[in-house]
Amino acid sequence: MGLLSDPNRRKALTNLLTRLNAPICMVCYLAAIVWFMGLAFEPFTLRTYMSENAMGSTMVEERFSSGERALSLAKEFDAHKTKAGGMPVEWLVKAMQARGLEVFTQSFSRKLPFPDENKERYMVRGTNVYGILRAPRAPRTEALVITAPCSPGNSNNQAVGLLLALAQYFRNQIFWAKDIIFLVNEHDLIGMQAWLEGYHHTNITGMEYSPLQGRAGSIQAALSLELSSDVITSLDLILEGLNGQLPNLDLANLFYAFCQKLGVLCTIQGKLQRNDWDTAEGYTHAAQTMMLMVLKQACGRSWGDHGLFLRYHIEAASIRGINGFRHYKMDVATIGRLLEGMVRKLNNLLERLHQSYFFYLLPSLSRFVSIGYYMPAFGLLAVILLLRVSFPGLMLHVCFSVSLQPSGPGVLTVLTPVVISHLTGVALYLLPVHLQEMAVEHFPVSETEAVVLTAVAIYTAGLALPHNTQRLLSGEGTEQGWKVLKLTALLYLAVLLGCTALINFSLGFVLAVTLVPITASMTPHMPKALSALAMVLLSPAFTILYCVFIYQELIEAPVSVSEGWMLFLSVISQGILDHALYGSLVYPLLALFVYPCWLMFWNILFWS
Amino acid sequence: GLVFLSSEFGVDQFQEELVIRPLHSGDIYASFQFRTLWDTDFLQERQKVSHYRLFPKSLGQVLSKFSVRELHISFTQGFWRTMQWGQPFIPSPPGAELWVWFHDTVSDVDGNWKELTNVLSGIFCASLNFIDLTNTVQPSASFKPLGLGNATDHRFLRYATLPREIVCTENLTPWKKLLPCGSKAGLSVLLKSEKLFHSSFHSQAVHIRPVCQDEQCTSKAWELRQTLNVVFDLYTSGQGKKEWSLFKMFSRTLTEACPLATSSKVYVDITDNPELSPATPLLSQAVVLGDRRTYSVFDLTRAETFGQLRSLNLLLRWKGDSGGMLRPLLHAERYVAGFGLQTGEIHTVIYNNHPYRAFPVLLMDSVPWYLQLYIHTLTVTSKSRDNKPSYIHYQPAKDRHRPHLLEMLIQLPPHSMTEVTVQFERALLKWTEYTPDPNHGFYVGSSVVSALVPSMVAMNTNFTQDQPLFSSFVPVKEESSYFVRVYTEPLLVNLPTPDFSMPYNVICLTCTVVAVGYGSFYNLLTRTFQVDEPSLPLAKRLANLIRRIRGVPLLA
Repeated sequence: MGLLSDPNRRKALTNLLTRLNAPICMVCYLAAIVWFMGLAFEPFTLRTYMSENAMGSTMVEERFSSGERALSLAKEFDAHKTKAGGMPVEWLVKAMQARGLEVFTQSFSRKLPFPDENKERYMVRGTNVYGILRAPRAPRTEALVITAPCSPGNSNNQAVGLLLALAQYFRNQIFWAKDIIFLVNEHDLIGMQAWLEGYHHTNITGMEYSPLQGRAGSIQAALSLELSSDVITSLDLILEGLNGQLPNLDLANLFYAFCQKLGVLCTIQGKLQRNDWDTAEGYTHAAQTMMLMVLKQACGRSWGDHGLFLRYHIEAASIRGINGFRHYKMDVATIGRLLEGMVRKLNNLLERLHQSYFFYLLPSLSRFVSIGYYMPAFGLLAVILLLRVSFPGLMLHVCFSVSLQPSGPGVLTVLTPVVISHLTGVALYLLPVHLQEMAVEHFPVSETEAVVLTAVAIYTAGLALPHNTQRLLSGEGTEQGWKVLKLTALLYLAVLLGCTALINFSLGFVLAVTLVPITASMTPHMPKALSALAMVLLSPAFTILYCVFIYQELIEAPVSVSEGWMLFLSVISQGILDHALYGSLVYPLLALFVYPCWLMFWNILFWS
Repeated sequence: GLVFLSSEFGVDQFQEELVIRPLHSGDIYASFQFRTLWDTDFLQERQKVSHYRLFPKSLGQVLSKFSVRELHISFTQGFWRTMQWGQPFIPSPPGAELWVWFHDTVSDVDGNWKELTNVLSGIFCASLNFIDLTNTVQPSASFKPLGLGNATDHRFLRYATLPREIVCTENLTPWKKLLPCGSKAGLSVLLKSEKLFHSSFHSQAVHIRPVCQDEQCTSKAWELRQTLNVVFDLYTSGQGKKEWSLFKMFSRTLTEACPLATSSKVYVDITDNPELSPATPLLSQAVVLGDRRTYSVFDLTRAETFGQLRSLNLLLRWKGDSGGMLRPLLHAERYVAGFGLQTGEIHTVIYNNHPYRAFPVLLMDSVPWYLQLYIHTLTVTSKSRDNKPSYIHYQPAKDRHRPHLLEMLIQLPPHSMTEVTVQFERALLKWTEYTPDPNHGFYVGSSVVSALVPSMVAMNTNFTQDQPLFSSFVPVKEESSYFVRVYTEPLLVNLPTPDFSMPYNVICLTCTVVAVGYGSFYNLLTRTFQVDEPSLPLAKRLANLIRRIRGVPLLA
């Protein structure tokens, strides 16, 4: 450690860093991007492998064969659903009871903060039906969950049919060591959230629900089924959960292992696996798959019913049937066998899934990038912020100014913009939802539009507010003032992004890629108009907009600018709804921390 | 010689009994009871009992060596589903349960208890040696002696459960060996492990207690009851048909009684009119668990029971909807609420389904020390109103020494749900204290709800010898109520668990942090700083030297 304690050598190092600050930062940024893109290159990734012994070496034989019955049950379910105009509760209860399950229902209701225009719901009222298969000679301490959301229209009937057929088949088997809960939840995620809150007797989102009557101990793992067609050609695995949480990688490995065993075509992010990694197309394909995962994870919403389980430390994944690759047709019995195999292996678990990775990215189902490999990409970006702290004169200057004149005007000039930025953030967080009624009264818009447009308006107004106020309050800004502010802002951003990346790498990385270059180079002496434009274009809101476009491009459904704008607005409303309904943290993070932090840099630009 | 012996050492007799009850859910419940009565006293000082006939010697010696007054041990695999099956004849919690009353002459109860558990562990081939002071409690009110004598000083009582204990064939074999006929003859030929463990519920128990020799109760006899309860599943064993036979259940039929038994009977519950063949003219009525039931009785000591084929294979068939749940008068369940690895809340829910009678229940909770209960958060609510327990006995845990014990007497309002909640914090264990599968979680034994439940029919209070065994286990003191014990499910709680596979990474990380982070930081904190004068170039220094001599201001 002579490097740090020897004053001469330390000085040499500091000099080097100070002199070559800008080039080093540039190199770091490029290296980060290159590193990140390299993660999708197959030779740099690891092959997935099953870590959990209890699931790896034990053999199970799949015998499920009632695919036809599953389809006829699906038809019956559809008929009763149409008749009841929603969840056919009575029929489901009877159907589950006839299969020897202990059946319970849970009713719930939820008033959304504002109408959800995507799903056309506002006052939500529904009933969950679940049946518990009691494992023989087990003391009700552990359980597995299989869920099938009951969606409006005629989607997902096949999942319910298969669920019932599986329940019937499973009930006749003696080998269960854990209770199995078969759940049909209404209103997809809202029903799921109500059920999970009821099961764990918590109330974190203000949902109203009736208490659960039957329980089966601590839930070890959960699978969510989404099948909407009689013909299924491939199965898609969905892992991204609330706040970017992911289930243990062994769950993905388990799915992949059974797909291989049964010869089922499987995809992730809807993308098939390719074997030609050494060609440009092969690499692009892997990179696209990984980018999709990053974008989905970054947005912090639950991409299926499974996502809400993760908060409760229950490993869960959604399996979605896709009807798209015409040449590979498989029957429902095969999907049943796949689920049977997975559930039986999960049944064999002695401990919760914990052996494999919880932090990973998947460029394909058979390859993964672990946290140790992707973190350097973020680390390189974070280093830029720290290097800029030692930007010529900044650190030294600030240290001296603070130590020499502790009560000088510097502290106050810095504190004012910081406080005002955060107040703007608080306004952005609180006002859209609370002012919707007023907005609807004064403008010809719907509630949802009111909320989103208020958010956009506050965001835009925030650009004008801080530097005016700062001038108003403390007169002329000093050279020292902006340096102190910049130091604070840089450290703030570094800590903020660092913490975010630890919890949700994708979100941290996406924010860092856009925020770091402009914030690192920001001074008041730059050409105002040009830098202002650059800053706006790299602000958090525009980041979301770019993500929308990139996402649409990646799922091969490109949109025009106006469609993109509409999507952008709906993404914002969904983000606010996700926060209110399920406790997603992305909206408060952006509104309360990232946006104010960005405003602080905006302040520096207009320092005078 | 035989007459002399039996008068010297007491008369012994053996009874065996099987009750078959078709269950509402379509499952079938078979309950075996084997009773050995011996008119002797192991605890007498002056004469040492050494001649054993029917009573197993291994148990007799244990009783006298450790001065045991009463001993109850059960091994259960599975959970009794009260909502589907109603009340069992003798309830037991999942795993192993052991409770013992020692004689009041014992001075070192804990020492005796420790040795006794180790000996029993050997006798029953079970991990009872894992019972130690950290999971033993002394309930003050919930476990009163069931036999003679009115011991009330709970210093002589020890109670422990092992919820994780797995019960299998290796426990069944030593249990069967205690029977006078072993598994050779009588009802015990049905006890084949391949069928008993292909069931929904399996429980075997041994109860030893002193009882009266006769109605006048002039002298004491020792009673050993071995019970075995099993429930066969409608779907996995019965192919979904409500049609059962002895052969379908046990893959055996009955051909004879145990020759050593004075009575050997099979009772079949025909209250709900199932089809039964062969039919028997012998009927018996009994009031069990607050309900009057009718039984067909098959006496195995009579040759005509076995008919022409010299074998008895009962056939039982019934109809009815099996989907719904029962509403037993008393029912309890328990779960852990909350998420995360720091805190949690234990919820115990007790249902009184009696339409108009309130009655008190005794709730006993024994919670391991690593769940640190916040007893100030204890709430008892019935019908969303605070329900103040009339008696609370709470003994806080001592870390690594003893568990929490909470006993409460709670009045349950009629037709109500009473919820008992208490919050806890999960302790961080020392790394050697984790069990081999730490991520599986840690078990908390069942809570015990004991109550005198108001009976719908008058209970039978007079004590007669020829009462069936299943209705005579718990002494009935009054006509208007009957004793019920309900066990809740055990809990599986995850504690914060370190990643044991990563000590190397942890060491590396810690060392790096200490070396780089702490080292440099410490260095910065302890060092004194001074402003360094920039050293001038040689030419300037020379010039300054000359300027100083000349008395002119120096160059900077």
